[in-house]
Amino acid sequence: MATTTAEPTWVGTVRARGAAAFAATGFPTTRNEDWKYTPVTAIAEGGFAPAAQPPAHGVTAEALAPYLFGGEKPTVVFVNGRFDAALSNLATLPAGVSVRPLAEALREMPQALEPRLGAIAAEQPFTARNASLMQDGVVIHVAADVVVGRAIQVLFVADAGARGLELPVRNLVAAERHAKVTVVESFVGLTDAAYFTNAVTEVDVAAGATVTHLKVQREGSGAYHVAHVEAKQARDSHLVSFSFAVGGRLARTNVYTVLGGEGCGATLNGLYIGDGEQHLDHQTRIEHVAPNCYSREVYRGILDGAAHGVFNGKVYVHPEAQKTDGKQENHTLLLSERATIDTKPQLEIFADDVKCTHGATVGRLDQSSLFYMKSRGVGAELAKQLLLYAFAADVLETIEAEAVREGLEAQVLQRYTGGQ
Amino acid sequence: MTPLLQITDLHATAGDKEILKGITLTVNAGEVHAIMGPNGSGKSTLAQVLAGHPGYEVTGGAVLYQGRDLLEMEPEERAQAGVFLAFQYPVEIPGVSNAYFLRAAYNEIRKAHGQDEVDPLEFLDLVADKLKLVNLDEAMLNRSVNTGFSGGEKKRNEILQMAVLEPTLAVLDETDSGLDIDALRIVADGVNTLRKPTNATIVVTHYQRLLNYIVPDFVHVLAGGRIVKTGGKALALELEAAGYDPILETAGT
Ligand SMILES: Nc1ncnc2c1ncn2[C@@H]1O[C@H](COP(=O)(O)OP(=O)(O)OP(=O)(O)O)[C@@H](O)[C@H]1O
Ligand SMILES: [Mg+2]
Repeated sequence: MATTTAEPTWVGTVRARGAAAFAATGFPTTRNEDWKYTPVTAIAEGGFAPAAQPPAHGVTAEALAPYLFGGEKPTVVFVNGRFDAALSNLATLPAGVSVRPLAEALREMPQALEPRLGAIAAEQPFTARNASLMQDGVVIHVAADVVVGRAIQVLFVADAGARGLELPVRNLVAAERHAKVTVVESFVGLTDAAYFTNAVTEVDVAAGATVTHLKVQREGSGAYHVAHVEAKQARDSHLVSFSFAVGGRLARTNVYTVLGGEGCGATLNGLYIGDGEQHLDHQTRIEHVAPNCYSREVYRGILDGAAHGVFNGKVYVHPEAQKTDGKQENHTLLLSERATIDTKPQLEIFADDVKCTHGATVGRLDQSSLFYMKSRGVGAELAKQLLLYAFAADVLETIEAEAVREGLEAQVLQRYTGGQ
Repeated sequence: MTPLLQITDLHATAGDKEILKGITLTVNAGEVHAIMGPNGSGKSTLAQVLAGHPGYEVTGGAVLYQGRDLLEMEPEERAQAGVFLAFQYPVEIPGVSNAYFLRAAYNEIRKAHGQDEVDPLEFLDLVADKLKLVNLDEAMLNRSVNTGFSGGEKKRNEILQMAVLEPTLAVLDETDSGLDIDALRIVADGVNTLRKPTNATIVVTHYQRLLNYIVPDFVHVLAGGRIVKTGGKALALELEAAGYDPILETAGT
């Protein structure tokens, strides 16, 4: 694919701006407040670089089956950062919905991309680097008033061919007026090799539209994963985001949204489950710009071994954003003495008539519940597993897409009960 | 015949505090024992120690259950061997459905006896009958264990669990407190229906009222961590009329 040569000139401008911004900052250090708890030296010094040519791969449809939801064919599959037409299934899209790999979208629908690509995501070291290097990704456009019934599943798969590579994934989801769509963005590692996913997903939610973005991060055990999801919401629009993070050696996900008009709602939930030496970080930023909007946020985590979790939940309420109704919760269970969590709610409120609450708990498994279960004959291990599953299910059950919810619940149940 | 339960000079502490100061009690199959006593006398501590609560340390004495050293067994092993405690304050477990929990418990006990597990459908059939016994609606099976249950529902849920698990030795800790007379009857009927010549029940209660429905063979008065008096069911009536003071005075505690 001759992607770069066919690019419109404005894309070159986006790339150049990104390159300049990244050159000015380089990779962030822990002196940067946003990266205080997450050192990225392993990425900075790992020598990861994008492949010039699509690397060969051995990924088959069978290998992907366990990572799909509801047994449905994936809509779009990228392997080692590149679109794979053979594994994708774009034939059955409803009218008014367009799903294309980035290069094709730039060719076929540049007018839909030009005002959005690189214009929604905040400029930060990783997003800037992504802008300069962006290679492939999915562009989803839903026309006004179109309600997409079935979730659009996008899979980013890495196999051994990704070793040493940087995968600069760039996605765009645009829902026009009163459109409604659910996108599942899955990252799957079929290798324990080290590679670096640097993903940016921009989401444009027009007036009255609803976008549900479900991110499922199941990268390989040697992977570094930095992802930035950022939405721009027009009046009366809704964003529903879920971030499920279980994979990777180090994974950071940003979920940002700007509630830019009256009557908007945003729900940002997530679940992180870590073990061993894993480092799982989430940073969310909800910006209330207009009055009468609400935001809801629940992140839960279970950390074992020497896993390190980070949750930083920022909420900005502008002076004009009166009657803002915001709630944020973060709950983490630590299963071992060596597991740690840094949780940092960060509310900055400049309007006076608002209702904003936050709460964070860090705990261990409830001993009285464990004893109660054991006193009924349930063995110690199963009792523990049931409690963990219940803890996770509490936030997983907020996922409306049934196949995804059940798929993730089954995965968690399997993890904790060996598949009962 | 070996007694079902034989407690000999049992001492137990919580933290630095000695709560049980030498309890001796023998329970044979087929018997119902009532344990009464003032608040804070150690009734729940005794019940929890029998169930194996890790918060209490046994500092002396012995407990034999069917001739086995009960104190050496893990809480789940005790349950699998047929010991059941209906909690004074049943624990809420958000997110774990009653149905799932009950079936897990039932299957764990079956497994411990080398029996096959039952599948969810079979289990529902089995539970349906037991639900009637305690007059609970099937809908409560889908709710989280005890979460948001009223006081009465929690107590009936304890009896439902008992009905499903069919213990050999049941210890009911204040299962009657907070129940109105109708609920009390339901609970008592449940317990009576489950009585067998091979089982025994220890009923911990404040009120003689329950003993009109669950008729005890023995009544014990527990005070200051010791059993200070033992009698027949008439003792409960005596306590109801005169309170604990006369007994405590003669016992010199
Ligand atoms: N885990 C514990 N740590 C410290 N003290 C305890 C603990 N459990 C019980 N106690 C104390 O031991 C004493 C006996 O408590 P217990 O609950 O056994 O009494 P009880 O006879 O069941 O009372 P009630 O009639 O109120 O239910 C009380 O003084 C109580 O405060
Ligand atoms: Mg008590």
